[in-house]
Amino acid sequence: MSDQTLDSVIAKRYEHGFITDIESDTLPPGLDEHVIRTISQKKGEPQFLLDFRLKAFAKWKTMTEPHWAALDYAPIDYQAISYYSAPKVKTDGPKSLDDVDPKLLATYEKLGVPLHERARLAGVAVDAVFDSVSVATTFKDRLSKAGVVFCPFSEAVKTHPELLERYLGSVVPIGDNFFAALNSAVFTDGSFVYIPKGVRCPMELSTYFRINAANTGQFERTLIIADEGANVSYLEGCTAPMRDENQLHAAVVELIAERDASIKYSTVQNWYPGDENGVGGIYNFVTKRGECRGERSKISWTQVETGSAITWKYPSCVLKGDDSVGEFYSVAVANHHQQADTGTKMIHLGQRTKSTIVSKGIAAGKASQSYRGLVTIAKSAHGARNFTQCDSLLMGEHAAAHTYPVVDVKNTSATVEHEASTSKIGEDQLFYCQQRGLSAEDATNLIVNGFCKNVFNELPMEFAVEAQNLLAVTLEGSVG
Amino acid sequence: MTDCLTIENLHANVAQKPVLNGLSLRIGLGEVHAIMGPNGAGKSSLSQLLAGKADYEVTAGSVNYLGRDLLGLSIEERACAGLFLGFQYPIEIPGVSNVYLLKAALNARRKQRGLPEVDAFDFLTLVKQHTSRMKMDEAFLHRGVNEGFSGGEKKRNEILQMLVLEPTLALLDETDSGLDIDALKVVAQGVNYARSPERSIVLVTHYQRLLDYIVPDYVHVLANGKIVRSGDASLARELEAKGYDWVLES
Repeated sequence: MSDQTLDSVIAKRYEHGFITDIESDTLPPGLDEHVIRTISQKKGEPQFLLDFRLKAFAKWKTMTEPHWAALDYAPIDYQAISYYSAPKVKTDGPKSLDDVDPKLLATYEKLGVPLHERARLAGVAVDAVFDSVSVATTFKDRLSKAGVVFCPFSEAVKTHPELLERYLGSVVPIGDNFFAALNSAVFTDGSFVYIPKGVRCPMELSTYFRINAANTGQFERTLIIADEGANVSYLEGCTAPMRDENQLHAAVVELIAERDASIKYSTVQNWYPGDENGVGGIYNFVTKRGECRGERSKISWTQVETGSAITWKYPSCVLKGDDSVGEFYSVAVANHHQQADTGTKMIHLGQRTKSTIVSKGIAAGKASQSYRGLVTIAKSAHGARNFTQCDSLLMGEHAAAHTYPVVDVKNTSATVEHEASTSKIGEDQLFYCQQRGLSAEDATNLIVNGFCKNVFNELPMEFAVEAQNLLAVTLEGSVG
Repeated sequence: MTDCLTIENLHANVAQKPVLNGLSLRIGLGEVHAIMGPNGAGKSSLSQLLAGKADYEVTAGSVNYLGRDLLGLSIEERACAGLFLGFQYPIEIPGVSNVYLLKAALNARRKQRGLPEVDAFDFLTLVKQHTSRMKMDEAFLHRGVNEGFSGGEKKRNEILQMLVLEPTLALLDETDSGLDIDALKVVAQGVNYARSPERSIVLVTHYQRLLDYIVPDYVHVLANGKIVRSGDASLARELEAKGYDWVLES
């Protein structure tokens, strides 16, 4: 297939680009101590949380934006961003779905995330975060019967302050990095999950993030704690309207797995990527980290990253407990002018800790895609093992893929394996499939799905299908 | 006899270099033709061009396939119209199972003919039947397309695909290359099974060996981008005895 043909299969329109016309309570752009105090006050937070924010803000002011990633973008004006936007509600906040603005419910309906009664048939509990606040959480009763806490972060502040005080910032310290410090100062909402000892969460938990308001940033905070022997699978999905200006999204996710606990965290990230000329799109600077604190605990990250103009994200595992396990499965797709710099860190501290990294990067159009990984085996990590597989697939003549793996081994009993490959989506592969009767587009999807297969296998069933469709949409027009 | 493929005075270039220079050939429906010739004669070029590979620029001539202008059709239109190319070097597609590609291919053809998607049970029955005919293990079906297959397995897989897809015109490009004698017999058996009054088969080959097992109705010698001699099966044996120089000189 000629290059020309190749160029003509990557370009369907972004499906979630609509704007919801809803009255919102938005702070004027700008960031200072007063803004932080206002956010904390609006949320009715206890003193320790305000102190946490102020400390983070003080730290943030001493820090500079990192530029080590292979990303190219205009400087971000942090004073031009509004740090709080919430749909206006007549009362204090929705007590049940009946109190939620119908326009909001319609928005989620449109996005394929129905929050209504019939959604209960799907068997997935959903927390929906619209701009800065959580608008609805489904299945609360059933979950609480099992002892599971799944609620908006701002609610957990009131109901479980002791858990927050104990765990918040314990995996990602406030000064961890520039964006984490910013988030710690201004985060507005997010999801909170606590699975008590020995409980297997009876259903998939899911949070759906939506940025709507213009000129706002979204800074959500997610904290998931699986106590001893607990087990949970959590999914997150993200979309945003199409806007010409770039919007900042700087989230922090902290996971804690105690002894024999297991957390599976899956992401399908589809923030607005900007148009085909690179105008607009979400700047996605996210810090995600999990700590396997106890023996035999396990944390598994699976991500499908198709959206955002810029993705800067390295979901990581700190393997403290002996025999703990960390996993990272990733498909990152960049098309047109998208830039993705993503990967993981596996920090082996405990004995016989084990980690697996499978990264699949796809770059099409003029996009650039980088894998950045760090595997550290500490002196204490006797018998630790890591396996890394890192593959890149290029489509067309103008896409780029880079791989930056770093391995740091301080214990000679460790086993570290690294496999890497870069391939071009073969014109021969396309020709072969087309000769068998498939259209160029179907052939591309077939080849790309095959390339991503061992990551998709890690996703919960419904998400695997969604991920395949998303990939097809993202790459539409990149071959033809 | 109904014409399946009629090529007239075909001239074609690859990267401005001529590879076909006035090739003419007529293939009747139900016939088996062998196209032989020395290396670099244009044998593979011909089959790839007919399948629609973009690298070829046709500068003159015409190709009629079942009454249609073949050159005006896209790669997949040709495939869905019943043209099948057995690749000299079958392509690997990691992560995509053989059976998945086969089903997608079969359904693409059925869709084009206005038929519903193949029933899953019927499909599996059909595929298993042909898999055993090609002496392939069923585990094959669930492995990635040609992924880690030996040369012989790849070629058998091509014939398996042909049997499932039931083309009207099968172009088998050097299907015998890289095969040991046992695999060659299996492949030949598969091709002979596919012989039918409704199907034309073109064997592109360098060696006469394959033709001991698949006896063609016609043999053509391709050299310097055109057919320089045609005959029946005995021509292949003559070539084997005397070499290509004999044809090229005479």
